[in-house]
Amino acid sequence: MSIWLNSKSKVIVQGITGKNGQFHTEQMLDYGTKVIGGVTPGKGGQETLGVPIWNTVNEAADNGANVSCIFVPPPFAADAIMESADAGVELIVAITEGIPALDMVKVKKYLEPIETRLIGPNCPGLITPGESKVGIMPGHIHRKGDVGIISRSGTLTYEAVNQVTEKGLGQSTCVGIGGDPVNGTDFIDCLEAFENDPQTKSMIMIGEIGGTAEELASEYVKEYVTKPIVGFIAGRTAPPGKRMGHAGAIISGGKGTAREKMRAMERAGIHVTDNPAKLGDTLEEII
Amino acid sequence: MSMNIHEYQAKQLFKNYNVKTLEGVVATNASEAANACKTLGGNIWVVKAQVHAGGRGKGGGIILCKTTDEVYEAADKLIGSNLVTPQTTSDGVMVRKVYVEEGCDIAKELYLGIVLDRERDLPVVMASVEGGVEIEEIAIKEPEKILKVYADPITGIGNWQARKIAFGLGLEGKQISSCCKFIISLYELFMKLDCSIVEINPLVVTSDDDIIALDAKINFDSSALFRHADIEKLRDLDEEEPLESQATKAGLNYIKLDGDIGCMVNGAGLAMSTMDIIKLHGGEPANFLDVGGGATADQVSEGFRIILSDPEVKAIFVNIFGGIMRCDFIAEGIITAAKEIELDVPLIVRLAGTNVDLGKKMLSESGLDLITADDMDRGARKSVNAIGGKS
Repeated sequence: MSIWLNSKSKVIVQGITGKNGQFHTEQMLDYGTKVIGGVTPGKGGQETLGVPIWNTVNEAADNGANVSCIFVPPPFAADAIMESADAGVELIVAITEGIPALDMVKVKKYLEPIETRLIGPNCPGLITPGESKVGIMPGHIHRKGDVGIISRSGTLTYEAVNQVTEKGLGQSTCVGIGGDPVNGTDFIDCLEAFENDPQTKSMIMIGEIGGTAEELASEYVKEYVTKPIVGFIAGRTAPPGKRMGHAGAIISGGKGTAREKMRAMERAGIHVTDNPAKLGDTLEEII
Repeated sequence: MSMNIHEYQAKQLFKNYNVKTLEGVVATNASEAANACKTLGGNIWVVKAQVHAGGRGKGGGIILCKTTDEVYEAADKLIGSNLVTPQTTSDGVMVRKVYVEEGCDIAKELYLGIVLDRERDLPVVMASVEGGVEIEEIAIKEPEKILKVYADPITGIGNWQARKIAFGLGLEGKQISSCCKFIISLYELFMKLDCSIVEINPLVVTSDDDIIALDAKINFDSSALFRHADIEKLRDLDEEEPLESQATKAGLNYIKLDGDIGCMVNGAGLAMSTMDIIKLHGGEPANFLDVGGGATADQVSEGFRIILSDPEVKAIFVNIFGGIMRCDFIAEGIITAAKEIELDVPLIVRLAGTNVDLGKKMLSESGLDLITADDMDRGARKSVNAIGGKS
């Protein structure tokens, strides 16, 4: 088992003919992801990388697609997400960086009554090692195993994955939830899914400054999660009022500091390390 | 990221959206400021320093004047001086313009703001009777004093919601409808212009029951500027850290900090963590620099140039975990940069991920004098050691 993604998932790429869409579709196919096609309006009927292109997500869904990976540029990305949701796609993974925040506010409102899961935007995607990868992470550093990884950051997730793999352990599923202030799946959704997933035996949760998502997740952990968790918060040295790259990573009005988040995690029984190079070591100690 | 503008620019936008403000004139020298008194009329004026930093009142950047001569003196004093406020460094920021505004009779000072609430993913209108003071302090000490209504992204802010705020603020009579109109207009501006923050502190009730924005602060969502060319024109590069603007032009994300170890990293989370781990080993990071996922060799060179423009930098730590970013591209960038610019500080390089072996091989064959590290912990230690710090 794993969460949300497995070898049976039938994936389409929205924006498959763009530069990033092309490159990563190829990478996903190489990894073994079942990419059944792509969507680029106006290019329906053509083929690329050996898979068909459709004009609409509806046609893709008619052909069995249940996961969509979005590389559509920011001005059109919100539209692409809603198209997938309307077509009945179960899992939407939005990689696009730089979607206007108020577009995402509208998307969230639109998604409310619909049974679909959005991951991202501005995220590396998710991977179930050995089965399927939907996103832009380097596949080769992953290894099948029982550690669930959740993170707001991309490369920092790779860092965690790599440390786990180097310890001879592996991952059940890794989810990058993205660095934007308004996003789909949050920490709590992932924690709940990993807690209920029999394959997952422990977790690594990587947060960063800004917002209160880590605090809320810690409350949830205290109440509902029994599996051991290693925690880390990026941005302890970040000065207030400066956005650290991610639109969501900002300390404002005295809220969202690393210290507060680390305290909340510790109170919930999460094993917090202050050294991002010691995620693997800390995990090894507690399992 | 978000983009900031001046008060006088924000007030112009307010006017476009029928959000009530006072009349004012922007001036770049004292004579212009004095002339503004004639244009504005009246017998009381306020001269306000136009800088992006908040807390101008506390820093002496807002001066009440009763004669044209006083306006001249105030403008003369402010323009060209460095204004120090609780939100600036101790050096302050240079004042290049002032805004001369007509006076008004203030009966009450309130607070009004609209921001994006990250817990509910909705715009929230916040108001308080505690105007003119630090709203953050009230939010922490007396959160019950802040009234909140959440907007629906489809239907917007309803009159009933605006009324809830108006009555909650203790307004009465004609003030109620003025306040509702004000809030709904302000919300329209927030949505149409893709703002991330609109803040009015203080919002005033005048002695003749008008509701007026005495101050105006707007931040825009940088991700939405592609559809607001007119807003992008309001950007004032004089208010931005020059190295940060240079980085933005090159498609890099750079923030200057106070330390002496320069950092070049791919990915925002890893970049923050790199700063953290340097500090953990007793060093101080000189900057945050995210070269992004798909940086070219040219961008890497530009990154080095920007880091080295900071005279405080005594060593550079390159920490790359290649995903989309291939380590050989980074290696090529380092080699190109080292040829073009004089690298006179120790360079510590940690590469991992996609094409790491090729990247390492290119670096070792380049003959460059650099320190390599196998993981970020060792890299950070070596960086701190390289400048003679403890580790």
